[in-house]
Amino acid sequence: MAFLDRTARSLLLGELAGGMALTLKYIFKRKATINYPYEKGPISPRFKGEHALRRYPNGEERCIACKLCEAVCPAQAITIEAEPREDGSRRTTRYDIDMTKCIYCGLCEEACPVDAIVEGPNFEFATETREELLYNKDRLLANGDRWEPELARRLELDAPYR
Amino acid sequence: MHAFLQTPLGVVILTLAEALALLVPLLMGVAYLTYAERKVLAAIQMRRGPNVVGPFGLFQPFADAIKMVMKETIIPTGANRLLFLMAPMLTFALAMIAWAVIPVNDGWAIANINVGVLYLFAISSLGVYGVIIAGWASNSKYAFLGALRSAAQMVSYEVSMGFIMVTVLICVGSLNLNDIVMAQRTVWFCVPLFPMFIMFFISTLAETNRSPFDLPEGESEIVAGFFVEYSAMSFALFFLGEYANMILMSAMTTILFLGGWLAPFGLEPFTWIPGPIWFIAKVMVVLFGFLWVRATFPRYRYDQLMRLGWKVFLPLSLGYLVLVAGVLLVMGWLPHVA
Repeated sequence: MAFLDRTARSLLLGELAGGMALTLKYIFKRKATINYPYEKGPISPRFKGEHALRRYPNGEERCIACKLCEAVCPAQAITIEAEPREDGSRRTTRYDIDMTKCIYCGLCEEACPVDAIVEGPNFEFATETREELLYNKDRLLANGDRWEPELARRLELDAPYR
Repeated sequence: MHAFLQTPLGVVILTLAEALALLVPLLMGVAYLTYAERKVLAAIQMRRGPNVVGPFGLFQPFADAIKMVMKETIIPTGANRLLFLMAPMLTFALAMIAWAVIPVNDGWAIANINVGVLYLFAISSLGVYGVIIAGWASNSKYAFLGALRSAAQMVSYEVSMGFIMVTVLICVGSLNLNDIVMAQRTVWFCVPLFPMFIMFFISTLAETNRSPFDLPEGESEIVAGFFVEYSAMSFALFFLGEYANMILMSAMTTILFLGGWLAPFGLEPFTWIPGPIWFIAKVMVVLFGFLWVRATFPRYRYDQLMRLGWKVFLPLSLGYLVLVAGVLLVMGWLPHVA
C-alpha cells in the first residue's frame, strides 16, 4: 500500500507542480533589488562614507590641529602638520587622508572634539587612478562645503546618542 | 509573374524568399527568447533582469549580438581546427533546417512533406553530432565529458520521444504535420493523451539539454560542457542553435499536442484570430514552460537522468502506446487514410 501511495504520488508529479506553483507566485512578488544607479537604498545617519572637513557657519575651519584623529587612526591613514597662523590660532598646514589605507572605522570622527572631521553619506567616490584617492586638505574641505547641509542634519539626528 | 515563378530560377528565388520569411522572424524569436529567459528568471528570483539597454532593456539581445561578433574567436592549440569550426555551424544549420517542415498555418510550410515527423526526428537526432564533434574537437576534458553526457542523454530520451510520437501518429494515421494538426480539429491531443503530453514536454527538456537536464553544460561541474572552449561567433552559433532548438521543440509540442494553429475547440470569437498568431502564442506558452522549469528545479544527477529516461519514461510511454492502440482498435476509431 505504501508502495502504491508513493508511486502514485511520484507519477502525478504533485511535488513538482507544487514547486512550479511556488515559483509562479514569486513572479508577482515585489522585486527585492533596486535599480541602483537610478534608485538608491536608504542610508543610516551613522553611515561611514567619504570623509569631509567641516567649517563653522562664518567660514572658519573647525579643525584645531589637535591631532587626536591622527593618533587614534588604526590604519595610520591620516597625516597632519600644524603651525600657528598669523592671528595666533593653531591650524593645520597639511591634513592628508590616504583613502586607500582608511578602513572607514569612524574613530576619527569619534575622536574629534570639534566635529571637524566627519564621515559623510557619500560612498560613490571611486576613481580611475590611485593618486586621486590620496586626499589633501583642500579636497577634504571641498567635500565639507559640498555635503555640509547633509552632514549637519546627520549630526543632529545622531546627537541624542552621543 | 506567375509564369516566372514556375521557371527553375523563379522556384529558387521563391524558396529563398520563403526561407528568409521564416528564418528572419525565427532568429528574432531566438534573440528575444534569450531576453525573455533573463527576464523570467529575474522575475522568479525577485530581480529586475536587463533593463538598461533601450526601453525595458529591449535592445539587450542586439547589444549581446554585437559583443559576440566583435570578440576574438579563440581556437585552442590542441584542437582540430576543421571540426572545431564545423561543429557550431552544424548545430546551427541543423536547428534551422528542421524548420522547413513546420507548418505555421494550414499549408504554410516551406516543405509540406508526407514524412514530416520522421524528418524532424531525424534532424533532431543529428543534433547530437554537433555536440559530439564540438566536444571531441576541443581536445579538452570538460568539453569531452560534456559531449559524452550529451550524447548518452539525447539518445536515451529520443527513444521514449519516439514512442510518444508514435502514439500521436496512430491517432492521426499520417506523418504529415499538416494532417496531424488537422486531426485535432475536434479536440487537441493534449486532452486524451495528457500523460503523453507531459512526458513529451519533459523529454523535449532533456532533448534540448535544458535545465533540469542540462548535464551536458553542467555549469557547476564541467564549466560549460561541450562548448567550454568556444568563444565569440562560434559560441554564438551554439547559443543560437540551442535556443532555436528550444523554439523548434516547442513548435513540435504545439503541433503534436496543442492543435498547432487551430483556435481552441473552433469556437467563434477565437477563430477570428488568424492561425499563425495562435501558433506563435502556443509556442510562447510552451517556451515559458521551459523557462519556468529552469527557474524551479535543480539539475538531475546523472544516474537519476538515466533512470528517468530508461526506467520510467520508456515503460510508461510504451505502455500508454499499447493502451491507446488497444482502445483505438477495440472502439474501431482507427483512422483510415486513403
